Amino acid sequence: MAVDTLAHTDLSHHDNEVSWDGASRPFKASYGKLMMWYFLLSDAFTFAGFLISYGALRMSSPAWPVPDFVFSTFPGGLHHKPLYFVTLMTFILLFSSFTMVRAVQEGQQENKNGVAFWMILTILGGLGFLGCQAWEWTTLIGKEHMSYHTNPFGTHTEHGVYLEGDGVDIKEGDIFAPGDSYLIHQHDGEFHQLSYRVTEGEDTGMVKEMSFGPKAFGALFFFITGFHGFHVFSGVVFLIIICVNVISGLYVKRKNGYEMVEKIGLYWHFVDLVWVFVFLVFYLL
Amino acid sequence: MGHDYETSKKLVLKIIIILGIITLAEVFFALLGKGYIVEGWHFPTVIMGGVMIIMSAVKAYLIIYEFMHMKYEVPGLVKSVLLPTFLLVWGIIAFLYEGNDWGNRRDLISDKNKEERFEEPRETGLIYDLKYSENQ
Repeated sequence: MAVDTLAHTDLSHHDNEVSWDGASRPFKASYGKLMMWYFLLSDAFTFAGFLISYGALRMSSPAWPVPDFVFSTFPGGLHHKPLYFVTLMTFILLFSSFTMVRAVQEGQQENKNGVAFWMILTILGGLGFLGCQAWEWTTLIGKEHMSYHTNPFGTHTEHGVYLEGDGVDIKEGDIFAPGDSYLIHQHDGEFHQLSYRVTEGEDTGMVKEMSFGPKAFGALFFFITGFHGFHVFSGVVFLIIICVNVISGLYVKRKNGYEMVEKIGLYWHFVDLVWVFVFLVFYLL
Repeated sequence: MGHDYETSKKLVLKIIIILGIITLAEVFFALLGKGYIVEGWHFPTVIMGGVMIIMSAVKAYLIIYEFMHMKYEVPGLVKSVLLPTFLLVWGIIAFLYEGNDWGNRRDLISDKNKEERFEEPRETGLIYDLKYSENQ
């Protein structure tokens, strides 16, 4: 028995794709790749937990901010451009996923310069996405004054007519219908809730004030997109480390066919995969 | 890997173009359903939502199977990674159902509160009142 164990240990030292101590590799995959898959599975459950709680809270609210209204600004002072900016972000991330696959393919060809070139493009894509997210958050927090506990994006639940204007989009006498969105503007550090008169339904004739949107919206948005952004950020950090290793020739020396590039590739595609669902529930539905 | 370098290069280019087209189609449908593309023309949210969910599922399939090379792994690995995610089907159904119920309860309470306005003020608490009126 002792001889056997020794023989196995010995064998594994000669095998370059080691890590398993047994004789055969489960699922014909290396230890690192298999464990990356299981880490991603657990991470998928974490994200699913957040997105499911988002769904439950959204179902429980009588009205939810309409994404085409909330996410309608574009750099350069452009407004009323529903979903344009977030579509751009999605394309940046998709493109970086493409460059990542190309890096893995060049790795299989043992083409060191090719791997480095496509990885650098992937890093730039990741940084571009983070930059866009920073701009999006800055606009929401700094200009529209949304925070994790205050949500100035509201939705009307009845027909009515405004009794005053906000000097931006709403004028006195403007009418609205249920489902129409509005943003409560802040002047001198205080929210200015406009008053309106109800024109239909049982409350007809009553004068009411704009109400704030569901509180949970801000917290869920910042937490879930923030958690995804944190994944992108750590992905960029690992990409940079691995890219430096590629350029220094470490993986050529190890003779393991750029497996590290494949592993970070799996992680990077997963980040893109999560974005598919974040994009769906926050921006499209 | 089963296929050579040149064909896989072309395949990846094809996949990324398909993903891009699906993304544009999703945004188009999202805006169409809410009346941005054709002025004042709305579409039932359930149908639009369904279409977008299916398109996202196709995107997820392409990313996992082509980009993450799940297509070329052995069946055991594929099952051990993908089957557990089916537990989420229960999670989604159960929690959305529960969330809907929270909403109904919230509506019920606000309706009851409106009724209170026109009645004699009671000295008992809200929870007792709700139970009391349900029993009647």
